[in-house]
Amino acid sequence: MSNKTMTRMDLAEAVHAALGLSRNDSAALVESVLQHISDTLVHGEQVKISSFGTFSVRDKSARVGRNPKTGQEVPIHPRRVLSFRASHLLKARVAAGQG
Amino acid sequence: MIRSELIQKIAEENPELSPREAEKIVATVFEEITAALARGDRVELRGFGAFSVKHREGRIGRNPRTGAQVVVEEKAVPFFKTGKLLRDRLNERQA
Repeated sequence: MSNKTMTRMDLAEAVHAALGLSRNDSAALVESVLQHISDTLVHGEQVKISSFGTFSVRDKSARVGRNPKTGQEVPIHPRRVLSFRASHLLKARVAAGQG
Repeated sequence: MIRSELIQKIAEENPELSPREAEKIVATVFEEITAALARGDRVELRGFGAFSVKHREGRIGRNPRTGAQVVVEEKAVPFFKTGKLLRDRLNERQA
């Protein structure tokens, strides 16, 4: 375990290395991949990436929450949340460790 | 949307890319994220979300049908937390 954090820049660097595109173009393409996924989800549609996982949007209904510190009741409005389900392959690789 | 549709969108937007290149870009992005998680690293994509690895401790489970005890080994599982921008966008009032 190396405990590093990967960012967009590392993804762009990987695309640059794999395809030989410029760093600028690679960064724009990574952004565009994330943008398409986001836009589709905002539309309410799920995104299924085979061998990686599925992003889906779920509707949560309103409920009464409570401020744990003050005990005061606060209404929680209905909202949409995103859930990610990792594929079997991703789960297996994470469980096995070692890149 | 499935993987192939995402690849197609990337290809349509970037006519200078061959279909194979569009495919490779998408594959590289998800392969890099997977590899980072397999190393135990975090992947932080501001505005979109963050992937991380959570550790589940081993426990004694029970087969609910037979009641037999089973040892559940400790394991690492992938986890995703939605980014603030995307979370807010999901809840924008629909026009």
